[in-house]
Amino acid sequence: MQLIACPWCGPREEVEFSYGGQAHVPYPDDPGALSDEEWAHYVFFRANPKGRFAERWKHSAGCRRWFNAIRDTATYRFERVYRLDDPKPVIP
Amino acid sequence: MTSTHRAPEGGRIDRATTVEFTFDGQTLTGHPGDTLASALLASGRHRVATSTKLGRPRGIAAAWAEDPGGLVQIEEPFPEPMLLATTVELHDGLAAHGLPGQGRLADVPDSARYDAVHHHADVLVVGAGPAGLAAALTAARAGARVALVDEQSEAGGSLLSGTDRLDGVPALRWVAAAVAELAGHPEVLHLQRTTAFGSYDDGFVLALERRTDHLGAAAPKHVSRQRVWRIRARSIVVATGAHERPVVFADNDRPGIMLAGAARTFLHRYGVLPGRQAVVFTTNDSAYDAALDLHRAGVRVQAVVDARPEGSPRRREECEHAGIRVLSGAVVTGTQGVERVTHALVAPFADGEVGAGSAIACDLLLVSGGWNPAVHLFSQTRGRLRYDEALGAFLPGEQLDGLAVTGSAAGVFDLAGCLADGQRVAGAALGALAIPPAGEDRLPTAPEPVVPAAPLVLWRVPDTSGAEGSTSFVDLQRDATVADIARAVGAGLRSIEHVKRYTTIGTAHDQGKTSGVLTSGITAELLGIPVQDTGTTTFRPPYTPVAFAALAGRDRGRLFDPERVTALHEWHVAAGAVFEDVGQWKRPRYYPQPGEDMEAAVLRECAAARTGVGVLDGSTLGKIDVQGPDAAVLLDLLYTNLMSSLKVGSVRYGVMCGVDGMVIDDGTVLRLAEDRFLVLTTTGGAAKILDWMEEWAQTEWPELRVHCTSVTEQWVTLPVVGPRSRDVVGTVFPQVDVSTEAFPFMTWRDTTLDGVPVRLARISFSGELAFEVYVNPWYAVAVWQRLLEAGRSYGITPYGTETMHVLRAEKGYPIIGQDTDGTVTPHDLGMAWAVSKKKPDFIGKRSFARPANSDPLRKQLVGLLPVDRQTVLPEGSQIVEFLADGRLPPPPVPMLGHVTSSYRSAELARPFALALVKGGRSRIGETVHVPVNGTLVPVEVTGPVLVDPEGARRDG
Repeated sequence: MQLIACPWCGPREEVEFSYGGQAHVPYPDDPGALSDEEWAHYVFFRANPKGRFAERWKHSAGCRRWFNAIRDTATYRFERVYRLDDPKPVIP
Repeated sequence: MTSTHRAPEGGRIDRATTVEFTFDGQTLTGHPGDTLASALLASGRHRVATSTKLGRPRGIAAAWAEDPGGLVQIEEPFPEPMLLATTVELHDGLAAHGLPGQGRLADVPDSARYDAVHHHADVLVVGAGPAGLAAALTAARAGARVALVDEQSEAGGSLLSGTDRLDGVPALRWVAAAVAELAGHPEVLHLQRTTAFGSYDDGFVLALERRTDHLGAAAPKHVSRQRVWRIRARSIVVATGAHERPVVFADNDRPGIMLAGAARTFLHRYGVLPGRQAVVFTTNDSAYDAALDLHRAGVRVQAVVDARPEGSPRRREECEHAGIRVLSGAVVTGTQGVERVTHALVAPFADGEVGAGSAIACDLLLVSGGWNPAVHLFSQTRGRLRYDEALGAFLPGEQLDGLAVTGSAAGVFDLAGCLADGQRVAGAALGALAIPPAGEDRLPTAPEPVVPAAPLVLWRVPDTSGAEGSTSFVDLQRDATVADIARAVGAGLRSIEHVKRYTTIGTAHDQGKTSGVLTSGITAELLGIPVQDTGTTTFRPPYTPVAFAALAGRDRGRLFDPERVTALHEWHVAAGAVFEDVGQWKRPRYYPQPGEDMEAAVLRECAAARTGVGVLDGSTLGKIDVQGPDAAVLLDLLYTNLMSSLKVGSVRYGVMCGVDGMVIDDGTVLRLAEDRFLVLTTTGGAAKILDWMEEWAQTEWPELRVHCTSVTEQWVTLPVVGPRSRDVVGTVFPQVDVSTEAFPFMTWRDTTLDGVPVRLARISFSGELAFEVYVNPWYAVAVWQRLLEAGRSYGITPYGTETMHVLRAEKGYPIIGQDTDGTVTPHDLGMAWAVSKKKPDFIGKRSFARPANSDPLRKQLVGLLPVDRQTVLPEGSQIVEFLADGRLPPPPVPMLGHVTSSYRSAELARPFALALVKGGRSRIGETVHVPVNGTLVPVEVTGPVLVDPEGARRDG
């Protein structure tokens, strides 16, 4: 049972959290201006790297707030968590 | 039967008290402090069961959880399969019998309690042997919050099995003092009979405490039988000791053959002589202790057979002094005896070659091939192991953050070394936690360790019996032999994981505690590769078997999942409602009158709502209070239709879609104020839609000043439905003008009833004139009863979810999740009118512009009327069409869609259904077919609205 450090509540058990997929995929400014393919990329296409990945998480059984995290998908290790209004960290 | 093999003195048993137990129907006696195994051995009984595959007699081969032989089924006090005689503590009235590798589950419910406790510690020490106690003392003395767990009934570990002395007195005196000292530290949790069975991420360890098993029938009912400790530790010290490793030889599985260290345990801890005539076969110095101790206790030790060419000069001298014969450069090549070993076959052994042998009579054959550190918890935490050539064992091969291994689990086998290492490891843990060490941390003085002669790594003795390894058992529980490993390797398997699965070695009850490393060694030998390259199979929790009941704890029966009930639940129960589960909610499905089945009750309830007045408990409807200056902006983005134009006091139906344009929920929205809305969701969508709103509000539009909160349980919702509903509501709430003009459809009004705030809304989920009554749950019963009272003269009829479903289906109102499946757009439902063309954007809008969305062959919601006016189509049925010639197309027959809702209609006096059908709206009037129980039922395709399509009834 991993601990995940909620930026608002501190470390809590992983069962309190839910996963929200890739982070930094903003809703397009003007979806109507996108081609079908561009829109499909927004709706369906997500990265699936092995290694460090910027992800969205939600402390669903706690403060119910969303945050972002850099997690290593191979080791499951959370390398850092950050608030939604923090800039995307540079992933080495 | 008397205890023929009880030593005249010694052991940590209460000889003054005798307990009676039965084994295989035979009544035997033992003492408190015995295990079932030690009591059986004291009665001269080694054999416990027969083996699972070959039916060979098997007995007690070890003294604790590593025993592969002594599987038993407990019958009394409570039936429990697959326990080890070595780990069952004896108590009065215990009844058990031996098991051939398979047990029988109890056929009576387990009435015992099981529970779980969360615990947090600075330092968790697993194992209360010398290293663990030293570590726990060091940490406790520094003031750390210490948890010490140990699987035995008392602390001491290996000290319980020997004659060690500390500070010149028996070591167990120090153990007692250490336990007392730990008990004096308020921040120390010390648990015996507690097995740490799993080590997980971030210092999380699961341990099972056996709280009352040892008490038998005397166990107090109010105390949980077993408890799972969920321990989160900042630092873990693993002091789990080591398991002795056997050497494999022909017929090495007979009762009477046991690990040398186990015999010492039975002697010193339980006062049991496991035999009268012993042969000791060893590859290392440790088994000499067993030989000498048994000799002193009166066992005739026929010979020590030492596989090392030179043996151990110092140990040989001790033996010769005691009159014990030592045969160096010799091995046991096989045994004789069926029910119990009678002879050991001993032969010279040099350079891997076995010479001509002779038989030595014995009723006890002790074996030691060295020691395997119990690295399970380290390895479960993904610690890498390294193979130690000298020990022939796998040791922790790296430093882990927050988890350290000490004592014999780390390959330290002398007492002084274990104490010092425990202290050192705990000190390092304190350092990492920035806890200053205690000024005074004295440990007792152990005798200067004697350096043992180098052990010989010997996995197996070459089989000279002619059986070619087929009686040389590696895994006794699986009846798996050297021949099986050879077959696996011969079949081309190289990976130890594959060999494990091919041979099943290590997959039984004991999970390979004695067989795992042997298999690695023998496989490496057969492949001609280093053991390090073979490695071990993966160590996975649990370390020892854990009952499902313990893992379930209190989360079973009614506590397995929350049951949600409305404020009217007691009334529903008293009214004889039949309930259905809707998510976690218990909802009345229908209210049968005497003699009614569901069909009759629902037809009656439907008729009442369509012709008189019915009343429903709709409290489970999801309710979300959306507040803030930008509340309307958020709702405009989430709903397909416009919500910002809704007037205060009005209600609007809305549909929500995902970004893919597929419907995710629907419901009505009440505008309470310019900056406040009450959003109603489906019962099942309540939590999901609140999360959906939060997700967008937090992650995409954090600049919006809006807050959402669930108020589902703050309001009960009581729809009063039918042409007579106006009379009923007007009577109960006289302050409200309920006329159509003053209180039009899709508006709401606040009022009070005896000073209690009530909200009324003209919302209809049936097509009839209807009023929804909202009130605080405290007043639900009172309001409900006033409605029933006011409606008595109109025959007011409470109805359940089944009638609600029929009424809404007759009007073609879809249930999201029943009539939709995540591939259905509002347009597919015929709700293009609910999709705004004015709004520049909303979630899902862009997806509607995809060409696929305007495909005329998309599945669309339609009604179906079975032509025979009788068949109720099963929901989920497929829909097919005939060719022009009136026959089915050749298989595979194309499926047009499926039935999503199907009921018998009182209003239509016939069954009907809703369905998703390809190009459905263009097929209205056509006849298609639905296979039902092997026949094709013709059905007419209609529009989805079958009752009151012109909407004439909504105002009564």
